[in-house]
Formats: sequence, structure tokens, C-alpha cells
Amino acid sequence: MATRYETLQASHVAGQRRLRTLAIVPAHNEEGSVGSVLRELRSLEPGFEIVVIDDGSTDRTAAIAEADGVAVIRLPFNLGIGGAVQTGYQYARDNGFDVAVQVDGDGQHDPREIQRLLEPLLEGRADMVVGTRFAAGGGYRGTRLRRIGIHIFAAVVSMLVRARVTDTTSGFRAVNRKTLRLFAADYPHDYPEVEATVLAVRHGLRMVEVPVQMRVRETGSSSITALRSVYYMVKVLLALFIGLFRRYSTPLEEP
Amino acid sequence: MTPLRISIAAAVAAVILLLVILELIRSRRLQERYALLWLLTGLVIFVLSAWRGLLGRLSDLVGIAYPPSALFILAAFFVLLVLLHYSTVISKLSDQNRVLAQRLALLERRLEEAREGGPEHL
Repeated sequence: MATRYETLQASHVAGQRRLRTLAIVPAHNEEGSVGSVLRELRSLEPGFEIVVIDDGSTDRTAAIAEADGVAVIRLPFNLGIGGAVQTGYQYARDNGFDVAVQVDGDGQHDPREIQRLLEPLLEGRADMVVGTRFAAGGGYRGTRLRRIGIHIFAAVVSMLVRARVTDTTSGFRAVNRKTLRLFAADYPHDYPEVEATVLAVRHGLRMVEVPVQMRVRETGSSSITALRSVYYMVKVLLALFIGLFRRYSTPLEEP
Repeated sequence: MTPLRISIAAAVAAVILLLVILELIRSRRLQERYALLWLLTGLVIFVLSAWRGLLGRLSDLVGIAYPPSALFILAAFFVLLVLLHYSTVISKLSDQNRVLAQRLALLERRLEEAREGGPEHL
């Protein structure tokens, strides 16, 4: 049976070349989960090429990914999620991909939901699709501090982009060629998701949220602790505030 | 009590410092993560120069007879803090720089070997 994606793709690019789709898997010390993430991705989304960005892991993350046969980019040292994901977007840009999906190496993003992320892109309704845990149909349980932070960001970002955004910290996203070119050229540091959303919208790109289920981390621990959460909030709010006074001029069209 | 003119001068200086920092971030010459400590410095100096009663009480608490010196000591303390922070940043950068140079040198060697041995060795 043809999946919804294949049907859409067939109708969308009839007579054109096949869309090239890439899954970007950032992983930092995820030897316990990266193997199953890759297996799931390959069986559920065989149309996707996969690149693993090993963000300076000190465990067997890169070795496991290489044994799996996917492309692996080893960063010489830990750049943080922002630098790792941007490397993935640069790979996508340089290798002519039309669509890129971010899937965390820790297993919290369920590859079964990728189809739902792709639909708005393939229908031409969006340039960036974010899987949200909060809109109707999604489910999320986290610590209270994290939930409060996520809601504050949602309120601020909704105001900045003049649209209702419920989950700004979700890293489960799909983007088209235009957006991946922007992110390859300009992507925030440290904790990038919130700023990246505003960055894209300020460049005139259309963002759509899609409710998804996320899973509890399989192994390892989240890099966000209580003290870091405070630093994170202050830093991101500062960046958002200053972003209001920036002029954005990254070119989005192909050279 | 701090003389009014000292308070005004210190507050103006703090505001200028804050504006310069914000402009540096805006024009992307300063990253947010390195600006936070600077912003805290500017804010603390501004609050203490504008709120003169607080500075007086703080000075009494630690036994400083002349409140404006407390302001300078505090400013010096923050400068030390920023410098210490930079020392850690430089250490990390030099470490990463070494790793980059090593990776580059190894890559260059591999490229040489590939060129000598034909493309099948790449």
C-alpha cells in the first residue's frame, strides 16, 4: 500500500525528478539509542537518506552509526546541538537535498510521525513544520520547570511571529530547501530551537505546527538541568529581544 | 551618602556600557553567552549608583566609610570575574584549536596517501 507520503509525492512532483529527502540525526553520546533510531528510520522511511552528526561523542555513537552504513559526520569536538544541527543543514544544502527532517539521536522523536511533518511541506503550505507536544493530539510530560519555561517561550514567540506557537523548544522539525539554506548559513548557538523559529519567520518563511507524540528518552539524560534552565531562559530571551532590532538579510534563493 | 554628582556620573557610565554591549550583540560582534556577565556588571553598577541608599547600607555592612569606594571595589570585582571567565574561554578555545590542527594534519596526510596510492585508497 502506498503511504500518504508517496501518494503526495507522486501528485506533487508528477513529471519532475524525485524529491531528495534527508534525515539529520544529531547525536552526542547516544550509543544506547542511536542504533535503534537508525534501524527504525530505515525501515519506516526507506526514501530518506540519513546523516548522523556525531557531536564530539566520547562513546561508541559514531562507530555504531558507521556500522549501520549511514553517512556519519564526526565533529572534532562538542559544538552543542546548534552547531551539530547546522552541520546537518550544510550537508543537506551542499548535497542538493530538497527536504530535511531533524530526528534526535536519543530516540525521543518517533519516526512514525515524520509523515505528518512532511504533509504541509509537500502540499506547499509551509516552509518549516514543527512537531509540537502541546497542540491537540500531542502528549508531553516533563518537569514543571521545563513546562513553565516552554510556556513562557511559547507566549513570547507567539507575540513575535504574530501566530499561535505552542511548542518552541521542539527539535522535531521538517524544512524545505529554502529554510535549510537559511539554517545552513545562519543558525543560533547553544539552545537553538526557539531562536530558529523566530529567525525563519522573520525571513518571511511560513511555519506550521503539527501535533506529534514524543517518547520518553530511551537512555542517557537530558542536557538541561535546573541551573542551566535559568541560563537558557535568560540567554534565549535576550537573544529574542535583540533580534527585534536586527535586520535580516540572508539570501534564501539559489545562487 | 554618596555625593549626587558621583551617583549621576556612575549611572550615566553604566547606561553607556549597557548600550554599547547591546549594540555589539545586535551587530553580531558579541555572542549572547559572552555578553551575559557584562550585562550583569552594567546592571549592578547602574542599580547601585541610582539607588544611593542601598549603596550606603552595603558600605556600612562591610565597613567602608566612603560609599563611592564600594562602587569602585564592586566594579573591580566584576572586571576580575569577567577576566576569569575569559581565561576559561581562552583555555577551551586553545584546546579546540589544538584538536582542529591535529585533525587537519591527519586529514592532509590521508589525502597525500590517497594521491600516492590512487583513488582506491581514499
